[in-house]
Amino acid sequence: MYDYESKLRTDRLPTQWCPGCGDGMVLKAMIRAIDANGWNMNDVCLVSGIGCSGRISSYVNCNTVHTTHGRPIAYATGIKFANPEKNVIVVSGDGDGLAIGLSHFMHAARRNIDLKYIIINNFIYGLTNSQASPTTPLGMWAVTQPFGNTDNSFDACDLAIAAKATFVARSTTLDLIKLEKILTAAFKHKGFSFVEIFSGCPVNFGKKNEMGSPKETDDWIGSLVLPANKFEALPEEEKIGKFPIGILNQNTKAKEHCEKYLEYVAQVQAKFAEGKGE
Amino acid sequence: MRKLKASGNELVALGALDAGCEVFAGYPITPSSEVMHKISVSFPAHGRKFIQMEDEIAAISVALGSSMSGKISMTNTSGPGMSLKAEQIGYGHMAEIPLVIVNVMRGGPSTGLPTRTQQSDILQARAPTNGDVRTIVLVPGTTEECYTETIRAFNLAEKFMQPVILLLDETLGHAARDIELPDLSEIQATLIKRRVNNKSDYQPYGVNDDEPAILNPFFTGQPYHITGLTHDHTGFPTEHPILSQKLIDRQFKKIDAHLGEIEKFKKCHLDDADYLIICYGSVYLAARDAIEKLREENQNVGIFRPITLWPSPEKRMSELAKKFDPQNILVIEMNKGQYLREVERSMRNRPQFLSKVNGRAISPLEIIEKLREMHHV
Repeated sequence: MYDYESKLRTDRLPTQWCPGCGDGMVLKAMIRAIDANGWNMNDVCLVSGIGCSGRISSYVNCNTVHTTHGRPIAYATGIKFANPEKNVIVVSGDGDGLAIGLSHFMHAARRNIDLKYIIINNFIYGLTNSQASPTTPLGMWAVTQPFGNTDNSFDACDLAIAAKATFVARSTTLDLIKLEKILTAAFKHKGFSFVEIFSGCPVNFGKKNEMGSPKETDDWIGSLVLPANKFEALPEEEKIGKFPIGILNQNTKAKEHCEKYLEYVAQVQAKFAEGKGE
Repeated sequence: MRKLKASGNELVALGALDAGCEVFAGYPITPSSEVMHKISVSFPAHGRKFIQMEDEIAAISVALGSSMSGKISMTNTSGPGMSLKAEQIGYGHMAEIPLVIVNVMRGGPSTGLPTRTQQSDILQARAPTNGDVRTIVLVPGTTEECYTETIRAFNLAEKFMQPVILLLDETLGHAARDIELPDLSEIQATLIKRRVNNKSDYQPYGVNDDEPAILNPFFTGQPYHITGLTHDHTGFPTEHPILSQKLIDRQFKKIDAHLGEIEKFKKCHLDDADYLIICYGSVYLAARDAIEKLREENQNVGIFRPITLWPSPEKRMSELAKKFDPQNILVIEMNKGQYLREVERSMRNRPQFLSKVNGRAISPLEIIEKLREMHHV
C-alpha cells in the first residue's frame, strides 16, 4: 500500500469534493509525483486559487496557500522568486486559470519561472453551481447558457505553447498511471511547466448535461481525447472538438527566470565593482 | 548624518533598501514610477530581488507571496493602481501578511490628472478593500520624512503583521530638495524583526486577543496553511460563529490596543497660537511658510499635522477643540474634505475649510488669504 497519509493532513479529510469528482484523483497523482521526484514535503509549497480545485491546498501536508480568485500564479511567483531553491506547485481550475487569472498564466510562461502549474479543467464553474467557463464546449448547458453555450472555448495547451511555456502537457483523471507519469515529468522539468488535466464534474456539469452517472461524465471526457500522435494524424476537420494528450511541448534549453535573475545580479554587481554602475 | 539631494520618491526607494526590504514587485504608474526606477538599480546591486510584473494585481500578489514566505516585501502604485490592488490588500489583512504599499497620490477619480497633485486617496486608504480592516496609513509631510516614514512603515508592517500604506502626494514625490538623513547604522538599530515561534505546539493564528499572528518563514519545518477565508487559530477555514467573530475582533484589537506605538503627529507653534491649521502631506510645507510670514506680522498661527493619518489622532484633535474656537481652526486639504470629516468627528465642531482639487499645490499666499478672509488677520 502506498503511504499517502504521511503526506496528507488526515485531520482535514474527508475532502469537501462531491462523490465522483476528479479533484481527488489529481490530489493522489500529485502526491505520488512529488514523491517520485524525491522532494521533501518541507521544501514544497502548494498554492491554489478559488474554486473546487482551490481546496486542494488544505489537504496536503506542506507549506500551503489558498489565495484569491485567479491570482495563485502571481502569489506563487513571489514565493518562488524569494525562495528559488524550493519547489512551488500551483493548482487552478478552468475559471481561475483561464478566465480571471489568464494574464498571470501567460506572463509566467513568458518569464519561464520554475512553477509547476496544473489546471484541473472540468469545463464548468462547479463550486458556484454551473456557470459557463472559458472551456465549456459549444452547445453544452450551463446555468448562464441555459439554451446551449454560444461562446467559443479556449484550448489551454495552445495558449501555453503560444506563450512559450517550456513544458506543456495534457492528461485526464481517467488513467491515473499516465497522469502520475505526466506530473512526474512536469515536476522534473526546470522552468514553467504546465499540465492541463481534464476532470469530471458529474454533479454540476455531467448530470446537468444529461450524463446520468460519474462514469458517463468520464466516458464523455474519454471521447474528447486521443494520444498526440494519433491526434496529429487526423484530418483537420476531425480535429475539431478533440484534444491531444501527453507531453505536447518541451524546451530544455530556455533559461529559467530565477537563475537568469541571479546571473543578472552578478553582472550588475560586477559593473558596480568596476565603477560602471549608477 | 548623510547629506544628499533627493526627491520623495527617491527617498522611499532608499528607505526600502535601508530597511532591509528583500523583494520589490511593481508596475509602472505615474507619479510613483521613480520609486521602482531607483529600486531596479539598487536592489540587484545589493543582491535583493526586483521584479516588474504584468499588472498592479500581480505586483501586489508577488509582494504578498514573498512576504508570507518570510521575506520583507514592498510594492508601489498610484491611485488607479491602488483601486486594482484592493482585493489583495484585503487578503493581506485577513491572512496577516506584512507589506509596505506606497501610493504616490495624483489627481482622481479614475485616470484623473496623472502628472498632477492631489490628496484624494485618504478615505480609500482608510477602507481600501471589502470587509472590516483597521489600516495603518502614514503620510510624510517633508522630504526627509519620505525616508523616515518608509522605515517606520516597514517596522509597523512587520510588528503588526498587516499591510501598511505610505501615502505621498505628487508634490512630495517629485520635488527634490537638499536634506540630511540619519546614518544607516542608526536606522538599522531601530529595525523591528518579525516574530517567530519555534515551539512544537506552534499555531500561526493562535495568539492572544490583542496580538498579531506569528507567521514563521516557509520551509522551516512547521508547515501551515494560509487562506483569505475566515480561519481559526490553526489557519484553516472555519465558519464557526464564535471563531469568526474572534478573528476580526482580534485584527482590530491588535491595532487599537497599541495606538500609542502607531500614533505620530507634529505640532508647530501651537503653544502661543490664536489660530490653528490642521493639514498633512505637502500642504504642510505651504502652511509652514504661511505661518512664518504671518508671525512676522505678529499673527500667531500654529499647525497640527498628523503623520499617522489612520488610525487618526482623534484624542489629540479632541483636546485641541477645547483650546480653539471652530471659527479659528482651518483644515486644509487637496481634496473635497476627506479628512475634514474625521477632524469634525474628533473635535465635535465645524472648523473652516480650504480645499483645492485642480491638480495644483496650495500656495502659502492662498492660505494667508483664507486666514485673512476668515479673521481679517
